[in-house]
Amino acid sequence: MDVIANQLFAGLSMASILLMIALGLAIIYGAMGVINLAHGEFVMLGAYVTWALQTHVGIGILPALPIVFIAVALVGLIVEKAVVQKLYHRPLDTILATWGIGIILQQLVRLGIGAESRFVKGPEILSGNTEIGPLIMSNYRIFVIFFSIAVLFVTWRLMTRTEFGMKLRAVIQNRDISECYGIESKRIFSITFAYGAGLAGIAGALITPLFSTIPTMGTGLVVDAFLVVIVGGLGSLVGSAVAAALIGEATALFSIVINDTLGRIAVLAGIILLIRFRPRGLFPTETRR
Amino acid sequence: MKRRDFLGGMGAVGTAGMLSTPALLASSGRALAQGADIPVGLLFSLTGAVAVVESTLHDAALMAIEEINASGGIHGRQLRPIIEDPASDPATYANRARRLMIRDKCVSVFGSYTSASRQAVLPVTEQRNNLYWYPTLYEGRECSRNVMYGGAVPNQQQDDLIPWAIENFGPRFFMIGNNYVYPKEENNYCKTLLAKYGGEVVNEEYVPLGHSDFSSVINRIRAEKPDVIFATVVGDSDVAFARQYHAAELDPSQMPVVSLTRSEVEVKAIGGEAAAGHFSSAPYFMGHGTPENEKFVEAYKSRYGGDQVTHFVSEAAYFQVYQFKAALEKVDPANITPQTIRDAAVGLTLNAPQGEVLIDENLHTHLWPKIGQWKTDGQAEVLVESKERIAPRPYAAYEGQTCTGEGLVKA
Repeated sequence: MDVIANQLFAGLSMASILLMIALGLAIIYGAMGVINLAHGEFVMLGAYVTWALQTHVGIGILPALPIVFIAVALVGLIVEKAVVQKLYHRPLDTILATWGIGIILQQLVRLGIGAESRFVKGPEILSGNTEIGPLIMSNYRIFVIFFSIAVLFVTWRLMTRTEFGMKLRAVIQNRDISECYGIESKRIFSITFAYGAGLAGIAGALITPLFSTIPTMGTGLVVDAFLVVIVGGLGSLVGSAVAAALIGEATALFSIVINDTLGRIAVLAGIILLIRFRPRGLFPTETRR
Repeated sequence: MKRRDFLGGMGAVGTAGMLSTPALLASSGRALAQGADIPVGLLFSLTGAVAVVESTLHDAALMAIEEINASGGIHGRQLRPIIEDPASDPATYANRARRLMIRDKCVSVFGSYTSASRQAVLPVTEQRNNLYWYPTLYEGRECSRNVMYGGAVPNQQQDDLIPWAIENFGPRFFMIGNNYVYPKEENNYCKTLLAKYGGEVVNEEYVPLGHSDFSSVINRIRAEKPDVIFATVVGDSDVAFARQYHAAELDPSQMPVVSLTRSEVEVKAIGGEAAAGHFSSAPYFMGHGTPENEKFVEAYKSRYGGDQVTHFVSEAAYFQVYQFKAALEKVDPANITPQTIRDAAVGLTLNAPQGEVLIDENLHTHLWPKIGQWKTDGQAEVLVESKERIAPRPYAAYEGQTCTGEGLVKA
């Protein structure tokens, strides 16, 4: 029984990390239809910015978060302006272009900073565990869970309660008509892409104390992020959250019942089945395009 | 130019495939011209996934070559290092090894970190009857006459370690490793030792390579409460495992992680605080106090930077070049071929940074196993040092099979 409770928490923790990584992608992929294969590299950049701030400037992870967000969002903005913007009408080419950008970013980090794994210290106040009976929860993981929920909420507000969000939704529904109404769709897309990249950066910053920080760390993460977005349904924030929770908990439970390797296989098989019966994910957005 | 290289390479491969073996032996048996430089290949990945560790092996081997050249070379001849970057891809290893052995006429090639890349080069070096110097600890179960194995095999890492761990912490072992051949073979040998010394395996678990979330493994460890965590997790997975183990506040004095793969490189990334108190078994630690090691560490740091670390694989990459030198010095300068070098290398002793090592007739190396406990400064304190040099037995887990000077012998 203790094991199951602990494992449920582990699943929740995995889910929160998945959600953090997938949220940025859900916006970029879901809203703009850009399959951004460089997303994992944005996560990696976030981790490295955190590392640089901590080692060279002496700023801990928590105060570094806004700086990381802005830094990676800027990189995203440059990438969008320089490359992605030219390719909105050629979705297949964006795959290739963002894949290439990912490789370039990875190699730049490797050449500039070095290939070896970097050490980032977790925040002191969040070290240690909280114990409730047999349930032992790492404080840092609890923090990540709440933080990811907060980011989800902020993003949801941004999309539904602000003028920017309204414009974005308008552009998603019909770009040409929105432009007729005076919405500058180019600018909206640039900001959205930068926001998605910034979220990826924050995700990178949050996972560094748990994982190892290396130039290739994003490659595996982007796969998980795509799984979440696809299971959740394109463009649905709630869908992403539910999918992250589902995948996280399923991974945790399968890995305790079988083991991590087979657990991973079982989860992937489950996702294939789900896609077979719900090809548009759990929460498909009902918009006319 | 590129195209001609390609055609040339293809031609060589084609001929190699078609001609009969004696013709090949004749071509690779040709001795080097006297007085010229001695070409040696360096085949370490400088780019790609394994470059993190492998570039340090490249650095160590290159440093040894340049030290030898600076002190006058061998028989007055300089070593000419020919550097290839196989970019972490096994097929490229085989290709580049072929190029080094055929086009560049190297009499030896130093290279590889992973078993996958060694196994890719194996058919090439055997076909060309060349010599491949492999510095990494590995799972054993291989007995090639064309590979010089400089790292530890399971019996050298575990024979001292397992009884020591049972005695100090208890008999219940939790095995955690990545899902590939090395951890499985190590665990396989560990089980035979546990049976012998009265230990038991409470759980044996393999995670995919590159796995980074160990919360379920840690929950299982918490539930099982084993005495020893026997870890063969490699690279970034090991870094993630160690950090999460520490974050979960599992106490190294109650449940220590005893690793066969964690070196100074991993500990640097884990952070001294999280690594402290856990153990590694290896023939070499950076802090080992021999004059040879002090010289090695000092030269390495002054060359590549004060924050660099040396570790049990880079040490072997370094001393293997000196073994090569010592063997060459015994060979008639008019008759330098891979075979004469190999024959001269057998039985050779050398003062390596870890202590005096010896090349066995099965081409593996007699080493000095040590058990080190990690400290917060990222260095290991050696707690147990083997009283005698341990002979390599690559088939220790397989009864009736021995690797000898004539190759593998099955009883």
